[in-house]
Amino acid sequence: MAPRTLYQKIWDDHVVEQSGDGTCLIYIDRHLVHEVTSPQAFEGLRMTGRKVRNLGATLAVMDHNVPTTDRSQPIEQEDSRIQVETLRNNCKEFDVTLFDLGDKRQGIVHIIGPEQGFTQPGMTIVCGDSHTSTHGAFGALAFGIGTSEVEHVLATQTLIQKPSKTLRIAVDGKLSSGVTAKDMILSIIGEIGTAGGNGYVIEFAGEAIRNLSMEGRMTVCNMAIEAGARAGMIAPDETTFQYIKGRPMAPKGEDWDKAVAYWKTLASDEGATYDKDVVLKAEDIAPTVTWGTTPEDVVPITGCVPSPEDFDDQNKQNSAKRMLEYMGLKAGTKMQDIEVDVVFIGSCTNARIEDLREVAKVAKGKKVADKVHALVVPGSGLVKAQAEEEGIADILIEAGFDWREPGCSMCLGMNPDQLKPGQRCASTSNRNFEGRQGRGGRTHLLSPAMAAAAAITGKLTDVRKL
Amino acid sequence: MMQPFKVLKAKAAPLDMINVDTDVIVPKQFLKTVKRTGLGVNAFFDIRYNEDGSENEDFSLNKREYKGAEILITGQNFGCGSSREHAPWAILDMGFHCIISPSFADIFNNNCFKNGILPIALPQEQVDTLMEEAKNNPDDLLEIDLERQMITRGNKFKFEFEIDPFRKHCLLNGLDDIGLTLQKESAITNFEKKRSSDKPWL
Ligand code: SF4
Repeated sequence: MAPRTLYQKIWDDHVVEQSGDGTCLIYIDRHLVHEVTSPQAFEGLRMTGRKVRNLGATLAVMDHNVPTTDRSQPIEQEDSRIQVETLRNNCKEFDVTLFDLGDKRQGIVHIIGPEQGFTQPGMTIVCGDSHTSTHGAFGALAFGIGTSEVEHVLATQTLIQKPSKTLRIAVDGKLSSGVTAKDMILSIIGEIGTAGGNGYVIEFAGEAIRNLSMEGRMTVCNMAIEAGARAGMIAPDETTFQYIKGRPMAPKGEDWDKAVAYWKTLASDEGATYDKDVVLKAEDIAPTVTWGTTPEDVVPITGCVPSPEDFDDQNKQNSAKRMLEYMGLKAGTKMQDIEVDVVFIGSCTNARIEDLREVAKVAKGKKVADKVHALVVPGSGLVKAQAEEEGIADILIEAGFDWREPGCSMCLGMNPDQLKPGQRCASTSNRNFEGRQGRGGRTHLLSPAMAAAAAITGKLTDVRKL
Repeated sequence: MMQPFKVLKAKAAPLDMINVDTDVIVPKQFLKTVKRTGLGVNAFFDIRYNEDGSENEDFSLNKREYKGAEILITGQNFGCGSSREHAPWAILDMGFHCIISPSFADIFNNNCFKNGILPIALPQEQVDTLMEEAKNNPDDLLEIDLERQMITRGNKFKFEFEIDPFRKHCLLNGLDDIGLTLQKESAITNFEKKRSSDKPWL
């Protein structure tokens, strides 16, 4: 057989039927469900009298609308409450497993899948959420779908798809100290642009990727969608297997050995070709922040706010003008002179235990700047519990961080955690779109360590110098 | 069952911005609905309305000449960001049945087809022409013929466009994917049997 890529292997293994024009019906191994994109899908099932086809492959959680403060009271905002209750009722009616609000396992949908061992290599994984690409870190084909497709998967456990093109992004060499997975993916997006991955599935490879922990790999794949790619993936290896082993939904005993034997066959074959190749050097990557309102608008923390004239393309010049105005920034300002009002540490990009450890390392023995509100929202109840056990929570509370309950929170502010107009936020999330964190809010994306540094100095700060 | 899409003859409205993301199309506060309909009035909320709730006169889609437009002309990478199907639902609810842009984000593009909206990707120069036309001659009608894959404006110009044959077939006939797939029940069951024996851990 001709050499195949990781993507091609998983694809081939899931084709139920292929029609003449190349459109395939592919089988879906795992389906994650949350409250925002599922109500209309369940409604569709109800109207047509259809059932959920594979209950064992389906897992639901509420995350986008949930309050991150006291959970003993009902949710205050009526529409949020209705959406959460709708999911609860739908799960009951259709028999779907749900991690409800009181459950320790509740958390952000892309954090709980890997945490439970629900996410495994070689799988097809979908969710009505674009950051489903996160799960690709395990060597799975994972991508976001719309609500009509959520209904399609619930009813048939399949999707109608055409194969994507493949893009290999290799990051060679070693990252310098103080530079993290987040800086790596922000620089990659800066390099190829937010549309650079359109139509592609990205395979991340190279020494710097191999050396990442699973948490770091998830951060990278999480933001593949911000480069326009539907999915990002990394070949599974020992790091992957060690992470999965022993998790509640991971294979056990003899099944474990069989699974690992299969997972080891998944890496791209020697000589497999990609539709496009991009190579970056790890040592060229510095701690990186965004200045504009798309994730491609990045500069090293040591740099300055660019000027519209710095761009060749007329469209980009116009949009840069608009972005500077929205962001309240002047061209030429040093990034490190930009003061922040809010720091948000959380989201499916950076709210895992390793991220919180990084934050604690920077914050230990220091104080959050007086004028800054610094929010830490763990990715799940289990991350929260572990951080409390490891003493991370104490360090952060001591330093003046606001320690919250798990959920999506200020990543998109569907709950009360929102920026006010004009407020500037250093955020570990993945989108700096206009209004994303609150109408008129200004977002700078960065790594957890850099966010912690900003909380302490009250300005965007090079964490290597702190 | 979706509305079949055959020939659309309608006004075209310009939205001259690039990278219009799904947060701009439907801000998060409107994602809390449990329905598919009624999102149109809130589409583009942040750029469409002023702080006091009045309409922003500078926003092109608010201009009187574009009322009733069913075709949207816009810049590259339209619909980037989240997978929210609320974005095409809202655009459909505003009355648009076709979007023309140099490029679309992948998931958004997919979601359009599931709702009977036709997204057409054209070369930049052709989109520029359509954009200028929409700005300068707002009352002229644009005709989109899906069967022939042709966009025409009177005798002024004729652009051909590409579309995936399967999607074209579904749009022309208003076919619903789930119904189509359920006809393949036995293939799915066979796949599941093989999967259980090959990968017993799943
Ligand atoms: S944390 Fe943010 S990006 Fe992730 S699922 Fe929640 S809202 Fe989406």
